[in-house]
Amino acid sequence: MNYAFKWSVLWSGQSGAWLLQGLITTLELSAVAWLIAVALGILSGALRTVPFRPLRWLATFYVEFFRNVPLLVWMFFWYFAVPPLLPRPAQDWVFNHGAEFWAGTAALGVYHGARMSEVIRSGIGAIPRTQFEASVAMGLTTFQAYRLVILPVALRLIVPPGTNESLNLLKNSSVALTISVAELTFQTRQIETYTAKAIEALTAGTLIYLVLCLSIATIMARVERAYAIPGLISRTQAG
Amino acid sequence: MDFSVVADNFKFLILQGLIGIGPFIGGTLRLAIPAIILGFLLGIAVGLARLAQAAWIRVPATMYVEFFRGVPLVMVIFWIWFIIPQLLRLPIPEYGVALTAFVIFEAAYFGEIVRAGVQSVARGQVEAATALGMTATKTMAYVVLPQALKNMVPSLVTQMIVLFKDTSLASIIGYVDLTKAAQIVNNREIRPFELYLFIAVVYFLCTYSMSLLARRLERRTA
Repeated sequence: MNYAFKWSVLWSGQSGAWLLQGLITTLELSAVAWLIAVALGILSGALRTVPFRPLRWLATFYVEFFRNVPLLVWMFFWYFAVPPLLPRPAQDWVFNHGAEFWAGTAALGVYHGARMSEVIRSGIGAIPRTQFEASVAMGLTTFQAYRLVILPVALRLIVPPGTNESLNLLKNSSVALTISVAELTFQTRQIETYTAKAIEALTAGTLIYLVLCLSIATIMARVERAYAIPGLISRTQAG
Repeated sequence: MDFSVVADNFKFLILQGLIGIGPFIGGTLRLAIPAIILGFLLGIAVGLARLAQAAWIRVPATMYVEFFRGVPLVMVIFWIWFIIPQLLRLPIPEYGVALTAFVIFEAAYFGEIVRAGVQSVARGQVEAATALGMTATKTMAYVVLPQALKNMVPSLVTQMIVLFKDTSLASIIGYVDLTKAAQIVNNREIRPFELYLFIAVVYFLCTYSMSLLARRLERRTA
């Protein structure tokens, strides 16, 4: 291999500022998309249990259709196909306020909402119905049963796969570079284009992702251990 | 809304984009099928290496898994795209780059599934096989892996679906898969809604039939 390393490209010129901007955009994109994903996940997860059939079908359709189509296709769909369908003033607003970012956020949030829905559903499904019945028999109201019995256990069950899914969302935010959102991978490519130093630029980007993911995973593992219910949830590896 | 654009370009989208017959080297299936097979085979090696007694096998395998699970696939594709031509001093077609990236990346995920599958086999099975005089390799090949595979089926299929969807990212480096084919047609026709919705449905039909097949398989082997 005949490659002249020049690591200084990472701190000379604009590279540092670009990486920082990229990191901030990645975090913003992921945070907003995460909120959408969790909201949609809870909503569709709840709708899948209601007794009214059409609503149940709607929620099932959403989950199955959105999580079974590649995120990249959703990126193009939300960026190229959705804005023309909006009313004129909304279109103007979107194009004046970073259409790429909002399209990327929508694509990421709606796609992961469908996946989050499965995580939440299996968490709640893992709690035996008898827990609820027992709480009601003890004289708790439905609301109290959920707040004091079901949710504290369900949340603990959801945290490990939920963390996993949130990290997937963070990593998948890199796909937004295809619709030119200036996130971390985009900025890495930009440094490579300007300096022709591919390995240095990619190393910097990769390390940032790695540190980000590993530190979130470590923190969440600690949270999980702190709140584990002894004897109820065996410490299994989150797949 | 005018879906005639889909009808007019149906042959290009399906034959070239999905299957890979046409003027370009491409096709989602032509990339996805070898990537799934090779990724799973490497994944078995990685998963077993993570369970090895010897630290010099176990530690690198663990680092491999942790590394690739902490990095976006797009990043890995760019790495392979830049590194392989540098290392081999010859240009590699997009197909080779994409296949290498997918196999290396997905092996980390398949490896975790294999590890969990092997760990799900009851310890008594290994002891019984040893008591019968089987060597460690034979125990693994004839007793543990066949049972582990059965336990792995659901998560294995999920991962295969993920990989199938991930192949769309090969279009970023110019590989003409279904997504790229739709992009090519869209650049000429400017009908994003119809085209992207159409390929979304094609992807959905492929992945959903994979999960239906898995559900049937599960019921039969259970």
